[in-house]
Amino acid sequence: MAECHPVGFQWVMEAKARGAKVIHIDPRFTRTSAVADTHVPIRAGSDIAFLGAIINYILSTEKYFHDYVVAYTNAATLVSEDFVDVDDLDGVFSGYDPETGTYDTSSWSYEGVGEHSAGGGPASDPAKDDEGGEEKGGGSGATGGSESEESESDRSAGYEMGGHGASLDHSEVRRDETLQHPRTVFQVLKRHFARYTPEMVQETCGISPEQLLEVCEAVTANSGRDKTTAWVYSVGWTHHTVGVQMIRTSAIIQLLLGNMGRPGGGIMALRGHASIQGSTDIPTLFNLLPGYLPMPKVGPHDSLDEYVAEIASPDQKGFWVNAKSYTVSLLKAWWGDAATEENDFAFGYMPRLTGDHGTYATVMSMLRDEIDGYFLLGQNPAVGSAHGKMQRMGLSHLKWLVVRDLNLIESATFWSDAPEIETGELKTDEIDTEVFFFPAASHVEKGGTFTQTQRMLQWHHKAVDPPGDAQSELEFFYLLGQKIRQRLAGSTDDRDRPILDLTWDYPLDEDGEISAEAVLAEINGFHLSGDKAGQPLNTFNEMKPDGSTSGGCWIYTGVFADGVNQAMRRKPGREQSWVAPEWGWAWPMNRRTLYNRASADPEGKPWSEKKAYVWWDEEAKKWTGHDVPDFEVGKAPSYRPEEGASGPDGLAGDDPFIMQADGKGWLYAPAGLLDGPMPTHYEPQESPVSNPMYRQQANPTREVFPRKDNYQNPSGDEPGVELYPYVFTTYRLTEHHTAGGMSRFQPYLSELQPEFFCEVSPELARERGLENLGWATIISARTAIEARVLVTERVTPLRIAGRTVHQIGLPYHWGQGDQALVSGDSANDLFGVTLDANVHIQETKVASCDIQPGRRPRGPALLEYVAAHRARAGVTLATGNEHRTPPEDAEGKHRRVTRDDLDGDVIGGPDGATGAKGSMNKQERS
Amino acid sequence: MDPSTSSGQALTTSPVGQPDAHRGPDQAFTSVEPGGPAVRAGWEEHPPRKGFFTDTSICIGCKACEVACKEWNGVPQDGIYELLGSSYDNTGALGASTWRHVEFIEQRKPLGGQTTGVTIGVPETTSYAEPSVGRAVLLGEIGGDFDGSAGADHSGLDLFGSLKPAPAQDKPLVDLGMPAFDLPSASPDAGERTDFRWLMASNVCKHCTNAGCLDVCPTGALFRTEFGTVVVQDDVCNGCGYCVAGCPFGVIDRRIGDKNKPKDDLANKNHGVAQKCTLCYDRLSENLTPACAQACPTQSIQFGDVDELRERAQKRVETLQAAGVMGAQLYAEDPDGGVGGAGAFFLLLDEPEVYGFPPDPVVTTADLPRMWKNAGFAALGLVAAAATAFVAGRR
Repeated sequence: MAECHPVGFQWVMEAKARGAKVIHIDPRFTRTSAVADTHVPIRAGSDIAFLGAIINYILSTEKYFHDYVVAYTNAATLVSEDFVDVDDLDGVFSGYDPETGTYDTSSWSYEGVGEHSAGGGPASDPAKDDEGGEEKGGGSGATGGSESEESESDRSAGYEMGGHGASLDHSEVRRDETLQHPRTVFQVLKRHFARYTPEMVQETCGISPEQLLEVCEAVTANSGRDKTTAWVYSVGWTHHTVGVQMIRTSAIIQLLLGNMGRPGGGIMALRGHASIQGSTDIPTLFNLLPGYLPMPKVGPHDSLDEYVAEIASPDQKGFWVNAKSYTVSLLKAWWGDAATEENDFAFGYMPRLTGDHGTYATVMSMLRDEIDGYFLLGQNPAVGSAHGKMQRMGLSHLKWLVVRDLNLIESATFWSDAPEIETGELKTDEIDTEVFFFPAASHVEKGGTFTQTQRMLQWHHKAVDPPGDAQSELEFFYLLGQKIRQRLAGSTDDRDRPILDLTWDYPLDEDGEISAEAVLAEINGFHLSGDKAGQPLNTFNEMKPDGSTSGGCWIYTGVFADGVNQAMRRKPGREQSWVAPEWGWAWPMNRRTLYNRASADPEGKPWSEKKAYVWWDEEAKKWTGHDVPDFEVGKAPSYRPEEGASGPDGLAGDDPFIMQADGKGWLYAPAGLLDGPMPTHYEPQESPVSNPMYRQQANPTREVFPRKDNYQNPSGDEPGVELYPYVFTTYRLTEHHTAGGMSRFQPYLSELQPEFFCEVSPELARERGLENLGWATIISARTAIEARVLVTERVTPLRIAGRTVHQIGLPYHWGQGDQALVSGDSANDLFGVTLDANVHIQETKVASCDIQPGRRPRGPALLEYVAAHRARAGVTLATGNEHRTPPEDAEGKHRRVTRDDLDGDVIGGPDGATGAKGSMNKQERS
Repeated sequence: MDPSTSSGQALTTSPVGQPDAHRGPDQAFTSVEPGGPAVRAGWEEHPPRKGFFTDTSICIGCKACEVACKEWNGVPQDGIYELLGSSYDNTGALGASTWRHVEFIEQRKPLGGQTTGVTIGVPETTSYAEPSVGRAVLLGEIGGDFDGSAGADHSGLDLFGSLKPAPAQDKPLVDLGMPAFDLPSASPDAGERTDFRWLMASNVCKHCTNAGCLDVCPTGALFRTEFGTVVVQDDVCNGCGYCVAGCPFGVIDRRIGDKNKPKDDLANKNHGVAQKCTLCYDRLSENLTPACAQACPTQSIQFGDVDELRERAQKRVETLQAAGVMGAQLYAEDPDGGVGGAGAFFLLLDEPEVYGFPPDPVVTTADLPRMWKNAGFAALGLVAAAATAFVAGRR
């Protein structure tokens, strides 16, 4: 955090000065470790084993917050008899289909009451059928890489869920509040995590029992009625094939210790840039609409009602049952008067998803020449995304590319200076991509809001005019929209209506630019009819499903409450309460801590005076406190819903998790995740270590892409693993910003970290003959890169399963290009593409590699070098790409893949080399 | 030191374009004087002396100070874009184009109050005489069943044992924390790994009470401001370089431009001119905090009135020492020290040598009075000899 978020880290230092204990868990010793109380070096990618052991400690020493757990989590809920855990199935949960690499999640559901099955729903549930099969008509040929059609369509449900979590089709579940029933979530959890012992942690993570215990004791001692513990993470947890489950593991710890919904608790995601939180709230993601509404899909979402029904079952509890009001208000904001009850509020104008259009699926589509044009806005995939070669090759297949950035980044100049030019895989005069570079205004050159990780919107004013032709995104897209609308003016083609009917008129501000404040007001929403017509909405509870309100993002409603830009408030902390509600504005409804009903006990009293936050005022009959209560303000703690009640009314007065379908915090996820109801340790996609827990090596649902441009290193006990014996991880340095677009063009930053380097331990340096400040070549099955060597004791070898595992650290800021002040090979070029099934995120925080002293070969020789290394390891398309780890053969080794696999037709999939217009193919076979 | 209020004057005979009043009395080697150096420099009305207290114990090495300094003061990027191979330090040293420099020192020592895991899995030996820290709990004692009793021994550990000063007679070598001390890849084997800490410190001009650079400046380019700080006037400096040798800390340096760049390029600004931290003289005049302190996210760099900062520093070092961080010490703060107490002083976590600071800095002109006295005697001797010769010659 000190490394990547130095400004935010001041508050950690302040907390430390007040006596907080800071524990830093990281593969390497960073600037954060330097000032932490404890640094725990961990093998990259083994976090679930480590966190799982903390859960085991909490459960077996009975240090969980009993009253909180019973009342506020689903610990007491009974799980279906059909559920079978990983221990009994050699590393997979019940419902696994090895052919498709997917789960039928019906056996994970809660035990039903009566004839209904609550939870994920049985296979006969029509909604679920839709989720499972909606893409069969959508043409999987247009999507994905080379996954089989079945697996691709079966896995589509999770990422299209939006932010609403899994719906439950029934509000009643069976509970045993003594937690003794063997099928209570509590007991299931206890059995599941019993294997996560200190020995297992030592074997898996390289962390000693002593250190594990120190962390366990610190975390539990700092949790309870009087104390809370916070977990802070960033992409070190998310960029994994098990990333969603890593965060789930932390969530389980926090729920067991009663650290959710309380001051000083929670799980904080540190974002990589300013307003990344905002870019998921009002998303740049293909599968989300503003406010975490899911993107509608071709097929099941022909009508608004069908769409809304899938977001939330009308029978379930919680606030998502109002999804229609949120959706209709959004449609009214976008299409205004053209959105009428008669035309389903222009729901038909909405684009529909035909499948996975995530970044990697899109790049593979580019390689198949299915994509004509592409916009890059402040993103540098040629350097910052996994498998840089695939990214650059993809860009070379476009007809046009718009790059809006502060500087001429590598993604804008790949056609002249990509490393593939040097290797002969690309030739400048054969690249037809027309690149349009638009200089962008930086944040100080435009007004607007940032939404930070606490969901707080803070307005920033323009300080200076943008230089030259530089413009803000707002200005650019407004004008682009104007031009497109001018072109389409007078068109009678129905397909042009969604563009022509858009509300596309904004006032100008005092600088003559499109008023960002007017856009924020539109996002907030208005009353469109009645007495208050024209007035801003004050809360999303005012949104109506009848078209009488508008609002561009329901969770942001209230940011313009009373017609005031609440995000612009800057009342100093000393002039208000410690929660500082009058600084900026946080969604939803200016709540600074979500689910804060949980900060009071079931009767509505604070768990302790010290941690009092919101509470029930018996006299006034309402919730009150330091923060805005995240609860219906007049709902008494003693309120119990009538049988069959649904929506907000279905939530009891002590159900704090109001967005969950049962009002409880989920220790166990009966639905909604594609790779298991509980986290379980899997090795990274590429790992020199065999999974010590069971046969299944890696996440059995991970999305694999067996393509000839995406070979994978052997892992575990696969033959050839010794050719890629080391673990590497990538990260940022304080001195640079991500892929370097904002820092490698700045002399003052570039001089502070001028060259790409690898960090190795003295032990590894000796083992491989590496010298401080010398050169090293780092090799994966995709490519080899070179870096200066920094030998440092901040990197420590770990003892794993009786042997030493070395880790190599690679900052990923550099790329090859002519424009930046400093350049170098890109660490992300080493990675292949393998994705988490839930959210399609790539595994870029851990993989395996070899390292050799000296510089890498140049030109075409580089390709030969990498191919030769791969050949020695016996890498085929099947290597690392089987969902289910094959059983051991007679020699105790995994099945060696055959020549059939090598030819690629068995595993199938398009030849990735087509992406290189054939040239790469030749190279690899030479 | 030889306090004398008169002989130093001999060096300040040619202040060009500067009122003498702001320079001459600076050579007074009285360490504590009401009103501080500004008064001695002749400022009749002046604000309280301003300075920095750099608390390295909370520095996170972000280098924001380096960048903010360069941005505000228009200091050019210096050197070539090349890795130094010295931990995360690619700046190297203070100089004409580096007025703040963040140092990174990797050390085989535990940080007070901190446990580090870098040694896990590596057989333990220690290169220090003191017992190692945090290693006392054997794996076997932990047990695998989380019975809750295993960790009880933690509190009994002497976490700071190895930081206690060793007896003087067998004082161990000071590990300077520099790669050259023992080339990492050349160290014998993994058994050497013990504890580890990573020290960071933002170095800067000390703005000495008795400032050598100012003493020796023949042009008056260097002067004492009303804030008690020491500032170079670019347009007065003739580039003689006396000040470079005059600084006991190696702070000030002459800027060498880049011939390959146009004359009006920032790199060639003030070519040949001595440059160093001004404590943001222009910002102070506007009642603003210096850029580095303003940018520091953890308040490792604290700006304020020197008197108040000294009190704060004293309290902080006592707090740290009470918490067992025995290495914590103040540096260059002592008014009785060799530079008469710096306006910019430091809290260090180890001996000054570890940070590359001179352990006992003395203003280079400290001996001048005695030297002049001796020179005077010598001159008198010569005169006497000459006179004697004349007298003798007459004979």
